[in-house]
Amino acid sequence: MPDYTLTTSKQLQRRHAAEKRFQWYGRIAIAISVSFLVFMFTAIIFRGAGAFQQTEIGLNVALEEQVIDPQGLRDAGDISRANYKPLIMDAMQDIFPDVSERREKNQLYRLLSSASVFELGERVAKNPDLIGTTQTLWLPASSEVDLYMKDKIDQDVPEELRRLKDRDIAWVETLRSQGLIKKSFNKNFFTNGDSREPVMAGILGAALGSFFSLMICFIIAFPLGILTAVYLEEYATKNKLTDLIEVNINNLAAVPSIVFGLLGLAIFLNFFELPRSTPLVGGMVLALMAMPTIIIASRSILRSVPQNIRDAALGLGASKTQTTFHHVVPLAMPGMLTGTILGMARALGETAPLLMIGMIAFIVDVPKGVTDVATALPVQIFLWADSPEKGFVERTSAAIIVLLAFLIVMNLTAVYLRRKLERRW
Amino acid sequence: MELSMTLDATTKAPIMSAKNVDVFYGAKQAIDDVSLDIAENQITAFIGPSGCGKSTFMRCLNRMNDTISSAKVTGDIRFAGQDIYSSKVDVVALRKRIGMVFQKANPFPKSIFDNVAYGPRIHDLAESKDHLEDIVVTSLKRAGLYDEVADRLDESGTGLSGGQQQRLCIARAIAVDPQIILMDEPCSALDPIATAKIEELMEQMKEDYTIVIVTHSMAQAARVSNKTAFFHLGKLIEFDETDTIFTNPANTLTQNYISGRIG
Repeated sequence: MPDYTLTTSKQLQRRHAAEKRFQWYGRIAIAISVSFLVFMFTAIIFRGAGAFQQTEIGLNVALEEQVIDPQGLRDAGDISRANYKPLIMDAMQDIFPDVSERREKNQLYRLLSSASVFELGERVAKNPDLIGTTQTLWLPASSEVDLYMKDKIDQDVPEELRRLKDRDIAWVETLRSQGLIKKSFNKNFFTNGDSREPVMAGILGAALGSFFSLMICFIIAFPLGILTAVYLEEYATKNKLTDLIEVNINNLAAVPSIVFGLLGLAIFLNFFELPRSTPLVGGMVLALMAMPTIIIASRSILRSVPQNIRDAALGLGASKTQTTFHHVVPLAMPGMLTGTILGMARALGETAPLLMIGMIAFIVDVPKGVTDVATALPVQIFLWADSPEKGFVERTSAAIIVLLAFLIVMNLTAVYLRRKLERRW
Repeated sequence: MELSMTLDATTKAPIMSAKNVDVFYGAKQAIDDVSLDIAENQITAFIGPSGCGKSTFMRCLNRMNDTISSAKVTGDIRFAGQDIYSSKVDVVALRKRIGMVFQKANPFPKSIFDNVAYGPRIHDLAESKDHLEDIVVTSLKRAGLYDEVADRLDESGTGLSGGQQQRLCIARAIAVDPQIILMDEPCSALDPIATAKIEELMEQMKEDYTIVIVTHSMAQAARVSNKTAFFHLGKLIEFDETDTIFTNPANTLTQNYISGRIG
């Protein structure tokens, strides 16, 4: 008699249970990785968000011609280099009339960033008509005051261990009650290069350094990588030599990045004597690093182009090169671009090779081209993370946010290009 | 294989002739001493069980085997009297004379127009834009596809149905004006209606072209071809008028295959 049972059995139940269990393992794994990501992002954003705001103190500064431009020549350089300190101290004195002692006055002055005088000088130089008038000017507060305003100073710490003393805090509170202190958008962070003063330190120099390096990296690595991949995949006959080349390309992809840095130091700097610490050399080193990745990705994409497309073109009497460049490469291009961008995204995050070619220097100037000395985003993060000043803590996180934004933009570009160029077959 | 040589005394010299052709894939011999003639403006069918070498032999005729690095061809294959494996022959020129239609329709992922126009473009066949359009339309008409796609020439060739795609590939092959068209199981992926259309088309194309077709369907060979070659295990067993092959084969292997006893 045949068995017509449709209901579940012990053995079937075990199978179903195993299936359910496996699905739960998967869900748990995803939950763990997502929570790591969420934790990382919130930590970075929470820490870094403060850096996008800067505390400023409002002062009624009398811009006396005698002090700023005694000869009345209105020379921009002289104006910006004039001694603004007494003017600022006078303005402070107006707010706190009871502070009379010299030492105390100096401490009061230190509520402002030491960069305030330069900033004031710049502003007046740009607009010389201000000379002789009294202006309400918002000047950057010191890093300590900035941190206090962002509630990042632990007031339980005994006074002698704090750089911001109780009296300083009292002054800040007075300013706050008079509405003379405020937090505003930190423009400096996006327009300045590095600085020893956290308040004045900006990301633009490093961001442009990274951008120029990546540009050089793309210009070198993309054509070289793609041509290598196309030649190896479409033209080269399989023999010992091509096998050797293939093995070595795969090995190069696994070489630690610092080795590429040493190679760059030995060849580009010492042998070719290219300018040290520049995005030009940085980009060349990153190109060496990205190229194996690009070649490997491009070859696998080329291999996935169906053979019958090649047959169709060859059967019509297209030459090998016509077949390759009219049909195979256009079909593979979106994938090859994606591979390139992902390879470059990896290069963007590299620090080690850049250290070897000197892109780790403290550089205040914003680079204007590929041959100007510069640093790069990951190196800047490293430098700031290494700085003792508390104000650099939030700037480190903010720089990480900028780096992540860079990466996201690159990956979105890759997705966009793939969507746009993709042709189905 | 002398028996196959005596056939077409009635017609002119064959457009292609193969003598003592051997093909090796590495150490494996795929074609063993095959000799046959292909007559102009006729349909020649290659039949035989899977792996018998009929496709391999056909791919020798326009040197498509060159794309397989392990393949080695010996013997003598002549097109209009010239040795096609001679070093003087430009394989690009050869494939312009001898077009090919593949088993799986393989239109380029481009518009219908560009698919057909590709050959004329690379060979510089069109003198002007109008001339190119003329070639495309004529080719599509000859492939019996024009009426179905006239209003959507700028749409993708890959969006057509299987049978239409195969006719598009035929139109593409016709567009470079070859003398011979090789067809490698062109209907194996098509339904009977699409197959009938292509067979009908081949009948018309015979006027202008020489057609060589590899087919698994003996019925198809019997319907469309003038001559049929039967391959078995890399050897040409029998080559004769199609009628003779199907009604009165000389070789018992042929007879067994046709009657369905091997295959």
